[in-house]
Amino acid sequence: MRAAVVTFPGSNCDRDLVVAMEACFGRPVARVWHADSELPPVDLVGLPGGFSWGDYLRCGAIAARAPIMAAVRRHAERGGYVLGICNGFQILTEAGLLPGALVRNAGLRFVCRPVRLLVANRNSAFTSAYGEGPVTIPVAHHDGNYVIDPEGLARLEGEGRIAFRYLDNPNGSVADIAGVLDPRGRILGMMPHPERAVDPLLGSEDGKPLFVSLLAAIGGRGGAP
Amino acid sequence: MTLAITDELLARHKLSRAEYAEIVRILGREPNLVELGIFSVMWSEHCSYKSSKIHLKKFPTAAPWVVCGPGENAGVVDIGDGLVAVFKMESHNHPSFIEPYQGAATGVGGILRDVFTMGARPVALLDALRFGRPEAPRMRHLVSGVVAGIGGYGNCVGVPTVGGECTFHPAYDGNILVNVMCVGIARADRVFYARAAGVGNPVVYIGAKTGRDGIHGATMASAEFSETDRSLRPTVQVGDPFTEKLLIEACLELMETGSIVAIQDMGAAGLTSSSFEMAARGGTGIELDLDAVPLREAGMTAYEIMLSESQERMLLVAAAGREEEAFRICRKWGLDVAVVGRVTDTGRMVIRHRGEVVADLPVAPVSGASPVYDRPTAPLPRPVPVVTEAIRAPLDPPQALLRLLGSPDLSSKRWIFEQYDWLVGADTILPPGLGAAVVRVHGTRKALALTTDCTPRYCAADPRTGGMQAVVEAWRNLVAVGARPLAITDCLNFGNPERPAIMAQLVAAIEGMAEACRALDFPVVSGNVSLYNETDGRAILPTPQVGGLGLIEDVARLVRPDAARAGDRFLLVGESTGWLGASLFLREILGREEGAPPPVDLVVERRNGAFVSDQMRAGRVRACQDLADGGLAVALAELCLAAGIGATVDPAPSAEAETGWWFGEDQGRYLLAVPADHAVELLAAATAAGVLARAIGTLGGDALTLGRHPPISLPAMQRAREGWLPAWMGETSGAKG
Repeated sequence: MRAAVVTFPGSNCDRDLVVAMEACFGRPVARVWHADSELPPVDLVGLPGGFSWGDYLRCGAIAARAPIMAAVRRHAERGGYVLGICNGFQILTEAGLLPGALVRNAGLRFVCRPVRLLVANRNSAFTSAYGEGPVTIPVAHHDGNYVIDPEGLARLEGEGRIAFRYLDNPNGSVADIAGVLDPRGRILGMMPHPERAVDPLLGSEDGKPLFVSLLAAIGGRGGAP
Repeated sequence: MTLAITDELLARHKLSRAEYAEIVRILGREPNLVELGIFSVMWSEHCSYKSSKIHLKKFPTAAPWVVCGPGENAGVVDIGDGLVAVFKMESHNHPSFIEPYQGAATGVGGILRDVFTMGARPVALLDALRFGRPEAPRMRHLVSGVVAGIGGYGNCVGVPTVGGECTFHPAYDGNILVNVMCVGIARADRVFYARAAGVGNPVVYIGAKTGRDGIHGATMASAEFSETDRSLRPTVQVGDPFTEKLLIEACLELMETGSIVAIQDMGAAGLTSSSFEMAARGGTGIELDLDAVPLREAGMTAYEIMLSESQERMLLVAAAGREEEAFRICRKWGLDVAVVGRVTDTGRMVIRHRGEVVADLPVAPVSGASPVYDRPTAPLPRPVPVVTEAIRAPLDPPQALLRLLGSPDLSSKRWIFEQYDWLVGADTILPPGLGAAVVRVHGTRKALALTTDCTPRYCAADPRTGGMQAVVEAWRNLVAVGARPLAITDCLNFGNPERPAIMAQLVAAIEGMAEACRALDFPVVSGNVSLYNETDGRAILPTPQVGGLGLIEDVARLVRPDAARAGDRFLLVGESTGWLGASLFLREILGREEGAPPPVDLVVERRNGAFVSDQMRAGRVRACQDLADGGLAVALAELCLAAGIGATVDPAPSAEAETGWWFGEDQGRYLLAVPADHAVELLAAATAAGVLARAIGTLGGDALTLGRHPPISLPAMQRAREGWLPAWMGETSGAKG
């Protein structure tokens, strides 16, 4: 398992994601700067939460056009794994790597609290280690209200690409969607922050199975897929 | 350049004739307009503390663990293993009342800069908010705007907002208080100070461009000035948290290179105060070239450039020849950077603009010889003690408790703190809403406990006791989570100090705080004074806000308020006399704001706190809560709600004194949840230590039963506490989602 986390100007969960990945993967995680045009050889790229470019223009819109995103796109086309959390999810939809969009929360306010999630697809590379029953992972966002057209939603539902659903929806997202997969199941975008739920001191360890799933899927495989 | 010194011109610069005469004496000539503007801001109450300085000296500021006390950008305390905590609190009251979102947001930005300018990475924010009556005009707008502004800024920069307070009182109808505390962590050998040194070293400007915003509201009468300044911008600045985030990262990265000699943020009075303070502390001079300052708009005058309060700017002194490192790092983060001056040995600030010297001032007198006033005080009115025996409660204790839990001051502030990212950094191990916030020191087993405290109604009744109480409550809140209290920061919010009655409040509160700090070895390491908090001659309640910081050596020693279990015994530590004077019960249930506040016995406070800490170290305490607003009944409800378990509590010792027993606010008290098999040992230890402690009940079930009164179900208490704020903000239910 070789992983990298990208830092955009305004990213603020990059360190937290690196810490969580290193603890779960048991090996160092590379850090990549948004202005770089190449990724190091990795199996997994993490796009962290935060406010890339201040969320100015539209959340994730400017970051989606950063030089590193061309490399992330090539990595994805080769079948590499990509995990976008919160602002990272917004960047993935803005980059067209995931369908749909994330708009302002239905309550119009920023919301930070632990939420209960249903793992809607337990067969993906990101979720295979989850058991049955709800998990608790915090959200912290102003624009996490996932929207998609009815045909797109039908496709997501039909192809089992909804990874997580809210049990108590904090943002009004369609079909209670909290996280979605790309058609190949190699890209996951999610609003909740699994990297903030990897330590009993933080109140939940329910983020850990996500990283454990990835470790199992990619495992000791050395090279990029 | 000659300037007609009129009374109007001086009034607009808030300088008295006597102060102007002193300026002329210092200079040996008349100042020009730029120089007058510089004196005006440097000698302002905000920058010079001229009304409070002689009294602030009464604070104890030293302890073996204090690395740097007041006088720098923030206080610094040693937390062991080569690390220090850097912290300060500051007010942004007036701007927040005018424009709540930007006022509060820029308040957060300013206090963050005070902390990272010292080389510390900010790790926590807390907000102490005082609003007017919920029914007062604009109050909903003010609350939602301030909260959104704090969240909008703190969330974006990625510093968790982990705690604070929010209370309501008519005295703040026309003057709300927004006090923000920031805490950072630095390596002890990497603390940066604002002392310009090294003749010839470049003075470097980094961050946002300078605009016309925030110039101190002065509309100049002189022809020269009015020509260039027809459209004055509002005096409230607009925050850009994205730039602040870049500035934090760039400054911390730059500090790692070792190429920085001194650094200072451009806060109030912008380029003026940052340059003068760095030169004054270093005993040097500076030559500034205003043509090099990055500007947002063309045609700005020297006066405007020097007095602009544009946000997100820093001034630093780099080691000569190493400017390129600053340039490289700023370019990486996309920030403006420019060499705008040099350090000199002249002791003078020489400012050039468009080829002319526009100001030439001696640094030391401008920065250090500001006037100091020993303003007269009036005798303080003596509060009349309330005769507790005469209090007849119209409600039985369970009903009164529900009413208190649902009162604006005690109601849950979830609606507020869920708009703050309190988790970013993944180190918040005690979330908001339970007591002191606890944030792990990243990558270690240590944690910091943080709290803000003040009971303004006590301060109004008796400022000296109120000042003491603010300090001891902060101390107790830190003790209650298993921390060792280290030091405080403060924000002294008062009315117009030129009124002797207000000045008397300020002096008494400072003296009370100082006495408590001395008795508890809990020094003041930084702070801020906010005066003139009045509208139409009506002052706020005296509000000496305290921000306390404590250290938990190992996260395993954290005592969580939500950790009590069924079967645990409730033990009450401290003496209960049933003191109802100035209590929340008296105000909320009987509508009476009267009486003296509960006395503070510092010897007892220290003894009881030390006893509780010892018992925690001995592993006998599962959960703890300090007794404050609403007394024993509220503390019982809070521990039960946190644990999600009910309790059966013994009746009051006497039926006549029942109201005081449940709702009295005697100080120096803690409620402990103790495993049943430790209760006897703990009580014996209390006797040995000369501490009053008694077993008063047992946890269990799903309702809180106070003596022989009907049980109150946990959901009923939860609804009472969670309901008020969302309902007032116009939401249908306390439970969102």
